[in-house]
Amino acid sequence: MSALPNAIPALTTAGGFLLVLALMLPLVGVLLALVLGGRNARRVVFVTLPLGLALAVAIAVEALQTGHPLVYLLGGWAPPLGVALRADGLSVVMLLTTAAIILAVAIYARDDFSTPAGASEARAPLLFWALLLAVWGSLNVIFLAGDLFTLYVALELLTFAGVPLVSLDGRPETLQAALRYLLYALIGSVLYMLGAVLLYGAYGTLDIALLAQRVRPEPATVAAAALMTVGLLAKTALFPLHLWLPPAHAGAPAAASAVLSALVVKGSWFLVVRLWFDVMPGVVTLPAAQLLGALGAAAIVVGSVVALRQERLKLLVAYSTMAQIGYLFLMFPLAFDTAGNGPVHGAALSGGLLQVVSHATAKAGMFMAAGLIYAALGHDRIADLAGVARAMPVTVLAFALAGLALMGVVPSGAYLAKKLMLDAADGSGQWWWMIVLQGGAVFTAGYVVLVLVSVLRRRSGPLPLVKRVSRLAEFAALVLAMSSLLLALAALGPVPGDLVSSPLAPKELGTLLAVFLGGALLALGLSHRPLLGAARVATGAHGGPLRRAAVAVGGAFELADLLVRRWQFASLGLLTLVVLVGGLLVIGR
Amino acid sequence: MIMAMLLDGSLVLLILVVAVWTVAVHDSFAAVVGYTVYGLLLALAWVRLAAVDAALTEAAIGGGLTGVLLIRAAVRLRRTEAVSRAETPGPLFRAMAALVAASIAAALAVVVLSLPEPGPTLAPYVAQHIATTGLGNAVTAVLLSFRAIDTLLEAVVLIFALIAVWTLTPERFWGGLPGPKYETDPNGMLAYLARLLPPIGIVVAVYVLWVGADLPGGKFQAGTLLAAMWLLAIMAGLTEAPPISSRWLRGMLVAGTVVFLVIGFAGVPLAGAFLAYPEGYAKPLIIAIEAASMASIAFTLALLVLGPPERSDRR
Amino acid sequence: MSAATLYGLCGAALVGLGLYGLLVNPQPLRKILSFNLVGSGVFLLFGVVARRGAALGMGGDPVPQALVITGIVVAFSATALAVALLLRLHDATGSATLAAPEPGAPPAA
Repeated sequence: MSALPNAIPALTTAGGFLLVLALMLPLVGVLLALVLGGRNARRVVFVTLPLGLALAVAIAVEALQTGHPLVYLLGGWAPPLGVALRADGLSVVMLLTTAAIILAVAIYARDDFSTPAGASEARAPLLFWALLLAVWGSLNVIFLAGDLFTLYVALELLTFAGVPLVSLDGRPETLQAALRYLLYALIGSVLYMLGAVLLYGAYGTLDIALLAQRVRPEPATVAAAALMTVGLLAKTALFPLHLWLPPAHAGAPAAASAVLSALVVKGSWFLVVRLWFDVMPGVVTLPAAQLLGALGAAAIVVGSVVALRQERLKLLVAYSTMAQIGYLFLMFPLAFDTAGNGPVHGAALSGGLLQVVSHATAKAGMFMAAGLIYAALGHDRIADLAGVARAMPVTVLAFALAGLALMGVVPSGAYLAKKLMLDAADGSGQWWWMIVLQGGAVFTAGYVVLVLVSVLRRRSGPLPLVKRVSRLAEFAALVLAMSSLLLALAALGPVPGDLVSSPLAPKELGTLLAVFLGGALLALGLSHRPLLGAARVATGAHGGPLRRAAVAVGGAFELADLLVRRWQFASLGLLTLVVLVGGLLVIGR
Repeated sequence: MIMAMLLDGSLVLLILVVAVWTVAVHDSFAAVVGYTVYGLLLALAWVRLAAVDAALTEAAIGGGLTGVLLIRAAVRLRRTEAVSRAETPGPLFRAMAALVAASIAAALAVVVLSLPEPGPTLAPYVAQHIATTGLGNAVTAVLLSFRAIDTLLEAVVLIFALIAVWTLTPERFWGGLPGPKYETDPNGMLAYLARLLPPIGIVVAVYVLWVGADLPGGKFQAGTLLAAMWLLAIMAGLTEAPPISSRWLRGMLVAGTVVFLVIGFAGVPLAGAFLAYPEGYAKPLIIAIEAASMASIAFTLALLVLGPPERSDRR
Repeated sequence: MSAATLYGLCGAALVGLGLYGLLVNPQPLRKILSFNLVGSGVFLLFGVVARRGAALGMGGDPVPQALVITGIVVAFSATALAVALLLRLHDATGSATLAAPEPGAPPAA
């Protein structure tokens, strides 16, 4: 992916106006949806989304043709006085992914949120469509704005758009989940703001490109780096700051969960990348990056094991998100070279970006599939999903493909991302991350196998379906899952082709088999209910000593997760992490 | 010199004492009252820092509107006080929390002392270009010309927050009237004040808006005043908020942003860039944006304080 | 020590106080209050930065002052949303607490 060139032209580039349109289109959509109201909200969405996707493609084409980032000076004022919009390779990919996924979610949710006949306006439909546009607009600002304060306003926009999606159906549990999400996200924003204040106090500007030139390691910058990083980590729900994520993502309606898991948490991740790679590469140190990677590894392990212990499908998928977020932070230590310099725009960054896109598409597809199962059955208890594969083959296929994509099966995006990051680990001599990268797939396979075994079970009588699900929704989920699975083929252009081997090569098949077996073992051992045999048998009181020990281990993980997700622990942890990261930024020098 | 130091020192001391009291006092309602006092003291601190626009905004929004919001909440949540207080963490946790919070505060203090004084500043850039805006108030120039995008997005933030609040409407009240029904003695003090103050408030608000071009003031402060006057009238039972399904109300909420966007996009052919002003027309366009935004801000802030609908519209 | 630095130290202390309140006060309303305390401390620090940037007859650097105004309005809207959410939670459940639900309590949709 293209790096920011050293000399940024302080001029609006050709095609820069496209950035303004991309920014304003969703926001205008929200205003229109609010004023026109009623059924028009959904119409506004389906008019603006294709336009927005076309804009994203146009921006991508323009950036590819000119070979350097697109810039637009708002009001004609150049930084440091004014604010510039910038679109580099990172922004362009995220713009495209966001537009595509939001379009898929809109198609999926088309019937779920239609205004009932006879009512001129209904609460949930109007608000869902408005909030969908709001999330999209906020993300576009995050990807395009080149000024740290504008990005703070964008973060608040994203929070105000994401929180109500959690409590959209108004149930009391979701209200509490939304409140915890809001408060934790607000702490994150205020820490970010504090860091921005310190940076302005030291350098007199908040423009990203100018700061990159002026920043030096000194107390103000170190403090700002620690505060902003940890504040953004709280909003991205990286372990152990994930207290709000499982209930929020599981409690929201399926379409909202898809948007929250796939896109909203990526917004704050994007800003961490901007800060570490573009604004303060000389200030952040390898030890601090190792901490981020370690937290990521912990997220993968804890999240996957607790996912295995879940009884409900949506909670399993939510914990899967928490685990996959860990992958996104493995790229930070891998971006440093053997001498400890970095982070550089290299294989690790490309791998991380690819990982984000694959996870976003796969997770959205997975949540959509889970939502369809819930809608059809009226519940989502994993133990009672027997016969679903027979009744809803397209949905189960979508879930399975999404699971395979997350596991990193060739030719999924996650596979290519893993290859790129293994390449970076090899180059910088950090062998321990290679173990985490390879082992993570096994943990992911665990809960995927668990669900697949459940749905593939034969059922004695016919499956009682509460509702017929829309074919269109099933296909939207399937398309997203497939796009994640085939992503490596699309990314082959900018990336060396020899990294993607044939899916049928013996090495790949062997790895796949090993991953599946490992996952099955995990699922057998750690899941709440026995994997095979009667689904209704109660937990590990039966079974041999090995099984009992494994269930105890799983229970310990679950208990640890519950402890970490208490407000007291999580908020103390947040502040302690600030001090810790600050310390590592000083010591590592 | 000495008098100034004494004044600043006592103000800082007072602010810190009230802040500590707000955090430490047991009763939530007392804490909220303490916070309102703190907000007003902070406004004085802003004046001492020669940021009068910020002082006005802090007094109006930070102290005033936030205070109204929190007092309403504290009264409604009174019954849960005892239960919540039982969840207070033990001494070990409090010690750890104090340690961590104190280290962060200490690190910040070190940074404050290490930052350059006089520090890097954009004042020369502003002084160089402010003539193009035709304004005398540098802060207004920054808000509406140099960094207009932040102001535009901030208007959008207010709308998003209102949409989020409306998401909390119980299903049966959708499209209804926000806030509870206020009934007060029509001959009492509150009703009297609500008849007396709003006309004065409106005049002051328009003045603050107009004078904000060259002296401290502007649309946020003016809009807050208008919102406060309207809230006063509603809380005295003199008027009702319109139902949220009202097309007219929704139009007013977005009017400021729409005007901003229209003028912003008009800047592309006329002045070469989005959010740029054609030469010589900057001041009237800015005043137009401010006036429209003042109305939207007033409605949005008042509706944010009132909260989601609690009654259905019987019309 | 200049007046600006004094207010800067005050801002740092307010941030610390607010963070302590966020951790220790169990009532969500008090947490919202503490969040506002932290926010106002951060803005005060920004005001100190502005004061230190006084030049050319202006009492302070106008850019941070303008950003503070924007920030105060954003913080208010955040508070309004949090309070509305809290009150709605109270109306729906009769309690106002952030305590985690028991394991197995099902938020599924």
